[in-house]
Amino acid sequence: MFEEYNPINEKIFRVIDNDGKVINKKWMPEIDNERLVKAYKDMLFARTADLQTVSYQRQGRIYTYPPNYGQEAISVATGMVMRDEDWLVPAFREMGAYLAKGGTLKDIFLVFMGHEDGNVFKNANHMLPMSVPIASQLIHATGIGYEIKYNKKKEVVYAFCGDSGTSEGDFHEAVNMAGAWKVPVIFMIQNNQYGISTPFKVQTASKSIAIKSVAYGIAGIQVDGNDIFAMYQAIKAASDYALAGNGPVLIEAMTYRKGAHTTSDDPTKYRTKEEEDAWDLTDPLKRMKAYLISKKLWSQKEEDALVVEFKKEVERQFVEAENYPAYKIGDVFGYMYEDMPDDLKKQQNDYENFLKWKEARK
Amino acid sequence: MKVMNMVNAVNDALDIKLKEDRNIIVYGEDVGVEGGVFRVTEGLQAKYGADRVFDSPLAESGIVGTAIGMAAAGLRPVVEMQFSGFAYPALNQIISHVSRLHNRSRGRYKMAMVIRMPYGGGINALEHHSESMEAFYAHIPGLKVVIPSTPHDAKGLLISAIESNDPVIFMEPKRIYRAIKQEVAEEKFTVPIGKAKVLTQGTDVTIVTYGALVREVQKAMVMAKEAGISVELIDLRTIYPIDKETIAASVKKTGRIITVAEAPTSFGIGAEIAAIISEEAFLHLEAPPKRVGGFDTIVPLPRGEHFYLISPERIFYEIERTVKY
Ligand SMILES: Cc1ncc(C[n+]2csc(CCOP(=O)(O)OP(=O)(O)O)c2C)c(N)n1
Repeated sequence: MFEEYNPINEKIFRVIDNDGKVINKKWMPEIDNERLVKAYKDMLFARTADLQTVSYQRQGRIYTYPPNYGQEAISVATGMVMRDEDWLVPAFREMGAYLAKGGTLKDIFLVFMGHEDGNVFKNANHMLPMSVPIASQLIHATGIGYEIKYNKKKEVVYAFCGDSGTSEGDFHEAVNMAGAWKVPVIFMIQNNQYGISTPFKVQTASKSIAIKSVAYGIAGIQVDGNDIFAMYQAIKAASDYALAGNGPVLIEAMTYRKGAHTTSDDPTKYRTKEEEDAWDLTDPLKRMKAYLISKKLWSQKEEDALVVEFKKEVERQFVEAENYPAYKIGDVFGYMYEDMPDDLKKQQNDYENFLKWKEARK
Repeated sequence: MKVMNMVNAVNDALDIKLKEDRNIIVYGEDVGVEGGVFRVTEGLQAKYGADRVFDSPLAESGIVGTAIGMAAAGLRPVVEMQFSGFAYPALNQIISHVSRLHNRSRGRYKMAMVIRMPYGGGINALEHHSESMEAFYAHIPGLKVVIPSTPHDAKGLLISAIESNDPVIFMEPKRIYRAIKQEVAEEKFTVPIGKAKVLTQGTDVTIVTYGALVREVQKAMVMAKEAGISVELIDLRTIYPIDKETIAASVKKTGRIITVAEAPTSFGIGAEIAAIISEEAFLHLEAPPKRVGGFDTIVPLPRGEHFYLISPERIFYEIERTVKY
């Protein structure tokens, strides 16, 4: 696959068209029906949760939130291949992958409601917390890859980043070092065409992000990120390749951020309705759904019923996060060090005295 | 005169300088088309063109590094770090070159540039959007560090910063970007770098603060007044070069000093001021200098941030303790 789709040839890897028809039989994966439907349901769940979270934000029940809307296939396809022992090194816009790892909506909600405890993702094995400083996390993935190679483990690291993130030096250091060390890292670049308001063409003169893999001497591929079949195939191939000891793979997943950058952003300032409409035709759920319906594996009726169920589940976890125990002063100090310096203990103590004084004044 | 908030005032200062001097180049992440995530540069690209006001790639080291080259070649870049918490990839360029090239080239190359960055907490933000790193920059020899607390000062100080041939880190307290409005002169004026301002005369205790905390101290002063305590309030306005004279003169009068800053307290601006007072006004002190500041912790996410932020009550609590010492 990585030879056939060498990014130097500027050929995007795609399996189904916008209407869900298979156009690349050679690479159509063999996935049993149950798994296929499950993947669709996972995308639907992520989308339902995402849209609902944006509306919670509008109601003032959660702070700034970065929507995944339109990018669901990439993280759900990752979840199909990623195993429990594999590592996930997130950015902050790949909900489907967190859920696949065992993270919960409640965890995610807690983070965006402003509580550090969400970022523990305690049920997710081998997953780092979300990382806000763009691209910085990619280098950690390379380090984890080193540990895997050093201890001769059969694990793969999935590291996420956006298109604009590839302008940061950290991206280049991470990919270069992973190549030099030949470690099993899959760099998953979600090219959603924008970094906040800045379009991809402002970021680089490169034809693609995938092509950068050529210069770093590693495998790379540009994939239609809204085609879950292509995404699954590319990730599966990358995982096999990395597990076989061939080193890292750079996947550029072409997609579109249908929502705002975050709930504080207004995309009408920098992009057109025409552009949004054109990308709408490539929507990952729409395409997979058309495929499933054509194979009689899915129906609108099932979908409507399921969405009702999903909405309840989202609400349930959201309310759980809302009712999470109140933040305590110990939560501010308690995790700074394993062995808290005396001076810090004193600061906490002084503050508690102030709180007593404040209470007494009332 | 025109009513402005700090966003308008910074925009106005940029506008005036862009009009006046074609060597001024304004860029950063989302600065051009969108006008910045806080809309500080809104309208400037339309007015001055995309070769003078533009979106850069997402690369802080790249932004500051190119500004160094531009400045060396005679331009006067004014760049934006989207949030101070994302300036760190640029620290190598700032510490290794911005602060040093003038000295390294024995004055041949001027680093006439301004690095603007919104900073500070109180906006219910995600991680890395709430820090106050002014002490860090002040500790780098070769940089000037400026923090306005009002729209008027923001305009006047930014114009001074842009006209300075030395590099200036211009930190904008984003919590009060839109919270304070005041009449600001429409024409060009400057506020000098390196001069603190006595905002209120008082006799019992001197409080030195800056940025968004000025307003919190003013609230605490209402409580102090009710308790019969007279506070002299100094707005530092420039962190470095620090105005020792104004601070020392005030403490010689009041005999007591409290510093208020949101940054982690240890090794901070308050510590520096306490040292200055020990050196310059030791025999006038009637109480130990008091630092009211952030904990030496990470700024908590929004649910816990109220513990970290400095409330007027906490300032008043320390005022009372210092005066009663
Ligand atoms: C180092 C750094 N600089 C700036 C920011 C502010 N910021 C947050 S998201 C973003 C754009 C990221 O774009 P991209 O990498 O394409 O990912 P996307 O948000 O589109 O998923 C920026 C500039 C940041 N978080 N970190």
